[in-house]
Amino acid sequence: MRSASLQIHLAFKLTTALLAVAGSVVLLLTLTRLIPGDPATVILGSRATPEAVAALNARIGLDKPLIEQVFAFFRRLFSGDLGQDVFNGRPVLGLVLGALPNTAALAISAMLCAIAFGVPLALLSARRPGGRVDRLVAFLSVGFISTPSFVVSVFLLMVFSVTLRWFPVLGAGESGDLGDQLWHLVLPTAALAAGWIGYIARLLRSSLLEMLGENHIRTLRAYGVSEAKILMKYALKPAVLPTVAVVGMGFGELLGGAVFAEVIFNRPGLGSLIYDAIRTRNYPVVQGGVFVIVLLYVLTNLIADLSQSLIDPRERARLASGRGQ
Amino acid sequence: MTEALLTIENLNVSYRGNGRSAHILDGVDIKIGRGQSVGLVGESGSGKSTVAFTLLGLLADNAEVSAGYAAFDGRTRNFAARETASLRGTDIAMVFQDPMTALNPMFTIGTQLVDIQRRRFPRESRKALWARAEAVLADVGVQDAAARMHRYPHEFSGGMRQRVVIAMALLVEPKLLIADEPTTALDATIEAQVVEVLHRLRQRTSASMLVVSHSMGLIAELCDSVVVMYGGTVVESGKVADVLHRPRHPYTQALLACEIDPYAAFDPSQDLATIPGNVPDPARRPQGCIFADRCPARHDRCRERPPQRHARDGQNYSCWLEVA
Repeated sequence: MRSASLQIHLAFKLTTALLAVAGSVVLLLTLTRLIPGDPATVILGSRATPEAVAALNARIGLDKPLIEQVFAFFRRLFSGDLGQDVFNGRPVLGLVLGALPNTAALAISAMLCAIAFGVPLALLSARRPGGRVDRLVAFLSVGFISTPSFVVSVFLLMVFSVTLRWFPVLGAGESGDLGDQLWHLVLPTAALAAGWIGYIARLLRSSLLEMLGENHIRTLRAYGVSEAKILMKYALKPAVLPTVAVVGMGFGELLGGAVFAEVIFNRPGLGSLIYDAIRTRNYPVVQGGVFVIVLLYVLTNLIADLSQSLIDPRERARLASGRGQ
Repeated sequence: MTEALLTIENLNVSYRGNGRSAHILDGVDIKIGRGQSVGLVGESGSGKSTVAFTLLGLLADNAEVSAGYAAFDGRTRNFAARETASLRGTDIAMVFQDPMTALNPMFTIGTQLVDIQRRRFPRESRKALWARAEAVLADVGVQDAAARMHRYPHEFSGGMRQRVVIAMALLVEPKLLIADEPTTALDATIEAQVVEVLHRLRQRTSASMLVVSHSMGLIAELCDSVVVMYGGTVVESGKVADVLHRPRHPYTQALLACEIDPYAAFDPSQDLATIPGNVPDPARRPQGCIFADRCPARHDRCRERPPQRHARDGQNYSCWLEVA
């Protein structure tokens, strides 16, 4: 009985996730059509023969109606085929999988960095709301949140790479040399994480303060439980729930948002792959790349959703008793 | 034995904010003897919970506390400087009003029962504290305590949660146990059970008790003496039996008239007794008798501050009326 309702919950979540992926594929193919300019003209040049244009359109699948393109996309997907690069015919799947580790490393390290700094800052602020530390953190957070990551990227490059020469300027480092790769990861990570540090610090601070006003915290205070234990244990655990949801969403966003950092720092990755593909109107690569990002986005949201119910015993009980959707 | 466990004279509490200040407690005197149980009664807004919170230093940051004289367990204490925070969880323990929100929903009952003992028994192992908690939980009437220790608050009914909250207070073996409206949030049958637990406790421990409630019935059941509060002042105090049978202050009389006798025949044609009017706004307190506006026996003298009167049997009240 218990596991049955949990399975229903999981099935529901998975179905909505799949629908989101399918919907985004339709949107993706539609947008490709809406972009001004005929892809064939861009790729083949303005003096291409009509036969060559028709042949190219047939190869990309642009000659078929939209609905048929969507079905063709999914049909190929089931056999693990994301299409071919227009120029050299290499499978898109291979290109995307080759670029993914760099982007994933960047997104993961950025999010870990955001959590590692954001959570302690939130705890420091919540310890004495309105105090000097709180006001300083608030000022810095808002500053970080409102500065776009590409501005931070350029600034970091100028200061730490060009002027101080502490960090390398471009690339992802020698493949196989982990130290070098990590070295190259520092500045892009900092650029992407800055805004998220501020965001997590603000968000978690406000949920912490809300929790600290609860009756159950007053109970603990009445028994002389130390403020440190109240803050780090009894207030942090319930307060972390909204932040988990946002981190899940933010991780997916970082995968897409890595485009700027990858372009500016000239790192190979999903972002720069898609960016180059758009410039050259290499539509299969664009579609394949964006599709994988969508897939990861939905997946991280699903994980965040489930880990929330793992943290909250009430949610666990709700799922187990079958009162969930 | 003659020395009281807690003595507070002339306790004043006010809140500052938005350029004005609200006087919540005005010259409150309270004395609790060792092993004695004192009830604090009054309607909502009378300041009775504020007295309890002051004892633990749990008032909000903008509260200003002053007392003419205060002593706990033979030592003078400065309640204004929150020195009393050191009494938390060791000498004074509190049973809170609303058991539905008094426990943290994210942690098991066992974890919470262990952590609240830490201050009292800093050197004990976690295992020993867990065993103590389990024993006390069984003692307050929680069935299958060993397994229940691993459960979360949402898996307990309201009455069971209140027992857990009472168990917390027992675990630290306090000298003074404060029960703040221990039955208000419970329905009638569960209320009776919780009163039964408190009653048993009262007979078994040597701790003094301060029961804060708006129900004279509850206080009559649990306490030796009673302090009646109105609008942040003490209007009457004395032994429970005396105050109940011969209330001297008009407010006490009115409050007793509002009590519902559960054994009386139900008469649908008769309205429930009420005290007309409202508790005075703490920001604009009247100059003279605080109850004058609502008092059925009001006369001209009531514009001045009423005198403290001491009856022969130890009953005190502050009123201009000479009560026979």
